[in-house]
Amino acid sequence: MEKLINLTLKIWRQKNAKSSGKMVEYHVKDVSTEMSFLEMLDVLNEDLSLKGDDPVEFDSDCREGICGTCGVVINGIAHGEQKATTVCQLHMRHFKDGETITIEPWRARAFPVIKDLVVDRKAFDRIMASGGYISIKTGSAAEANSILIPKEDSDLAMDMAACIGCGACVASCPNASASLFVGAKISQLSLLPQGKIEAKQRAENMVAQMDAEMFGACTNIQECEAVCPKEISISGIARMRREYFKAAVK
Amino acid sequence: MKLDSKIPDGPLTEKWDNHKEKIKLVNPKNKRKYTVLVVGTGLAGASAAASLAEMGYNVKSFCIQDSARRAHSIAAQGGINAAKNYPNDNDNIWRLFYDTIKGGDYRSREANVYRLAQVSNNIIDQATAQGVHFAREYGGNLANRSFGGAQVSRTFYARGQTGQQLLLGTYSSLMRQVKTGMVELFELREMLDLVVEDGKARGIIVRNLVTGEIERYAGHSVVLATGGYGTVFYLSTNAVNSNATAAWRTHKRGAGFANPCYTQIHPTCIPVSGDHQSKLTLMSESLRNDGRIWVSKKKGDKRAAKDIPEDERDYFLERKYPSFGNLVPRDVASRNAKEACDDGRGVGSTGLAVYLDFEEAIKTFGENVIRERYGNLFDMYEKITGENPYKVPMRIYPAVHYTMGGLWVDYNLMSTIPGLYVAGEANFSDHGANRLGASALMQGLADGYFVLPYTINDYLAGVDADELKTDTEQFKTVENEVVEKNKKLLSINGNKTIRTFHRELGHIMWENVGMARTEESLKKALVEIPKLREDFWQNVKVPGTGEELNKNLEMAGRVADLLELGELMARDALNRAESCGGHFRLESQTEEGEAKRDDENFSYAAVWEYKGEGKNPELHKEELVFENVKLTQRSYK
Ligand SMILES: Cc1cc2nc3c(=O)[nH]c(=O)nc-3n(C[C@H](O)[C@H](O)[C@H](O)COP(=O)(O)OP(=O)(O)OC[C@H]3O[C@@H](n4cnc5c(N)ncnc54)[C@H](O)[C@@H]3O)c2cc1C
Ligand code: FES
Repeated sequence: MEKLINLTLKIWRQKNAKSSGKMVEYHVKDVSTEMSFLEMLDVLNEDLSLKGDDPVEFDSDCREGICGTCGVVINGIAHGEQKATTVCQLHMRHFKDGETITIEPWRARAFPVIKDLVVDRKAFDRIMASGGYISIKTGSAAEANSILIPKEDSDLAMDMAACIGCGACVASCPNASASLFVGAKISQLSLLPQGKIEAKQRAENMVAQMDAEMFGACTNIQECEAVCPKEISISGIARMRREYFKAAVK
Repeated sequence: MKLDSKIPDGPLTEKWDNHKEKIKLVNPKNKRKYTVLVVGTGLAGASAAASLAEMGYNVKSFCIQDSARRAHSIAAQGGINAAKNYPNDNDNIWRLFYDTIKGGDYRSREANVYRLAQVSNNIIDQATAQGVHFAREYGGNLANRSFGGAQVSRTFYARGQTGQQLLLGTYSSLMRQVKTGMVELFELREMLDLVVEDGKARGIIVRNLVTGEIERYAGHSVVLATGGYGTVFYLSTNAVNSNATAAWRTHKRGAGFANPCYTQIHPTCIPVSGDHQSKLTLMSESLRNDGRIWVSKKKGDKRAAKDIPEDERDYFLERKYPSFGNLVPRDVASRNAKEACDDGRGVGSTGLAVYLDFEEAIKTFGENVIRERYGNLFDMYEKITGENPYKVPMRIYPAVHYTMGGLWVDYNLMSTIPGLYVAGEANFSDHGANRLGASALMQGLADGYFVLPYTINDYLAGVDADELKTDTEQFKTVENEVVEKNKKLLSINGNKTIRTFHRELGHIMWENVGMARTEESLKKALVEIPKLREDFWQNVKVPGTGEELNKNLEMAGRVADLLELGELMARDALNRAESCGGHFRLESQTEEGEAKRDDENFSYAAVWEYKGEGKNPELHKEELVFENVKLTQRSYK
């Protein structure tokens, strides 16, 4: 049932990439517990803009947990405390009246802040361009059922393909490693007969690009798996290492 | 404005092949000299951009999001149709064509729809080769499920994430071309106007959403794949950044806008919970395969679902439509849900919902099977509502979901502006007055992979690969207009937020141009929308500046455009004094309460020409000719 709660928010404000930022405190009243977290921020922004203050910039699009656009760190946890939930799917019924909530952007060298809670994640796209695909031309594909894939392999690959590219894995990792993101893609494609052909090359290229983007190394801390809104397993990282090792020994 | 649909001659089944034979080719060596601007990286835009680049054209690709992979197509859940006939239930191209044209209530072009059905199978092949994860059987081959409006199982799906998987497939092809250097990608860019030179599309004006800079891009052809305009209703299942700006401003530069009143209301969405609501969440139509829709037989029944005995429940779709049951097309299902609620039999605290119940399916197949089929949808439902649908029935209500109307295009997907192509949901083409489930993904990919890459050659072969300049008078003028418009928005400094106006527009649209429309409601909308627009231009408050990331400024421009488009929708709906598909005029219904068409007077696509501010748009008609199907009253009994 709907309840109304009051909250104190401590939000990271930063004018642009060049300026330095700081935490600023806001008070929001009569927040409906039926609201989503981002709707709560919408209401705050409406108030701020009517008062003549700058609204807090944050990213979102689908607001149903699939596009990977949204993402902030809530009380120190990427996407907040609820498991397997993006911040756009997080609802205020999980917060208590009178609570103080800190809200910060993803923090990683490879994800510079653009403004307030919005960061630049283009590094992910550059990694994908380096090899996150199967090199097939349009218009020339063979009959789909000529490629048989055991259901188990297909399901496993699909688990990896569920990645939404939000970057929570990077934000939560003390090393700011992108291994879960890259491992998921490498695993997904190497589990499929269509993708096996280029598996080695792909692993080599994607890992090289990941390093070039200044993401940190994976030291098995496993925070990434814990915060991943799609519950992608770190077994993807192990598979990435195997593929990469195969590539390295040729 | 002249409308030439360019439908090729010959029998329906041979038109596309004949046409392809006649399309001019561009010499491979010359292709590099041409640049095509593709706006949008959804299924339609990304597939077009990747294909054109593979063919050898220079492509510049634009999107609003920070990554091409985040286009709204990513949110599609249920599936994509194709006439593969893998389940051996006697499906074929003709049947897919027929279902689509009938589902669209005979308001689309035969030739286009047939072509769509023809290329549907190639899409599945293409996607599979890219590594898209369609569901599989234990034997390793592809699985199918059924969807509304069809009696065969022809829908391919990837759990509840079909759009995501398909988009990641097209995105991967796109990124491969980025790597080769044939595609240059411009993310976080919003197209704010079209530049037309010598009567041809020649470029676009874009705002860099990070720096606020206004940029000019020139091309030998422009492809718009910017999606639909459902956000005119404020609350819809569309992503919050979905908008009509590119299409609308292009319309104001001379592109005809066809059938703007055709909007689709999806029957199975999570009901509104309060004023704060920023969007509505769809529960895929595929749920209707196993879920049963019902309300109490009694009005104002406040009992919990489990306390209402079987014989006091009204499974109204099964009762009224015994052969299609819960799988009737969307417009029929939506209208019936609304009727039940209007009758005082709605459920939940607001009374604006009906049950979608899985109890029987769980009993028959077991919870695991249901979890396998719809697990992520059930999880999503629980996250939003706090209720567990394995235990209590879902509550659902219709919501705006898709827009069948859009920029008019000919058979080649070219708009009324030469050189300007429109693909995907942004065009008006294939779904007539109602789109069947799992057909938008099919259409977007058909346009982008299999139609446009052929037809655009015909145009490019006829234009010079001349040097592209952006310092022309035309570019300057259009850029100036864009700059002035933004300045004006920022300078009003009024006392109402942008969201206030957007919400109010949505309210007017939903009440008057929504699921059931009357002459009276439409005339009311035609008074209220212009009033609201005036209020907007006097009292809106747009915070911040134009020289920085400013999502409020972006939104203000979009809402300004929706405030104009909404009026055209009402005008179009008023003109169309018949019911067809998703356009339901209360004055025009059969005795059974179904949409009653008036083929004699309305068997045409209504194409509107912009005539300038304060002037009424001019209506042009493209008559629809049916040579292969007989027009019948749709019946799903
Ligand atoms: C929740 C949901 C579920 C759905 N499920 C299904 C389903 O199961 N099956 C099915 O067939 N269909 C489904 N649909 C419909 C289908 O997803 C869409 O119709 C289709 O994906 C539209 O694709 P598109 O490529 O035309 O446009 P979109 O995917 O909407 O892409 C639009 C692109 O244009 C860009 N853009 C827009 N304006 C501008 C601008 N001014 N400047 C620059 N770029 C711009 C955007 O950034 C984006 O990249 C669903 C729709 C929704 C909302
Ligand atoms: S806004 Fe799309 S995942 Fe959150």
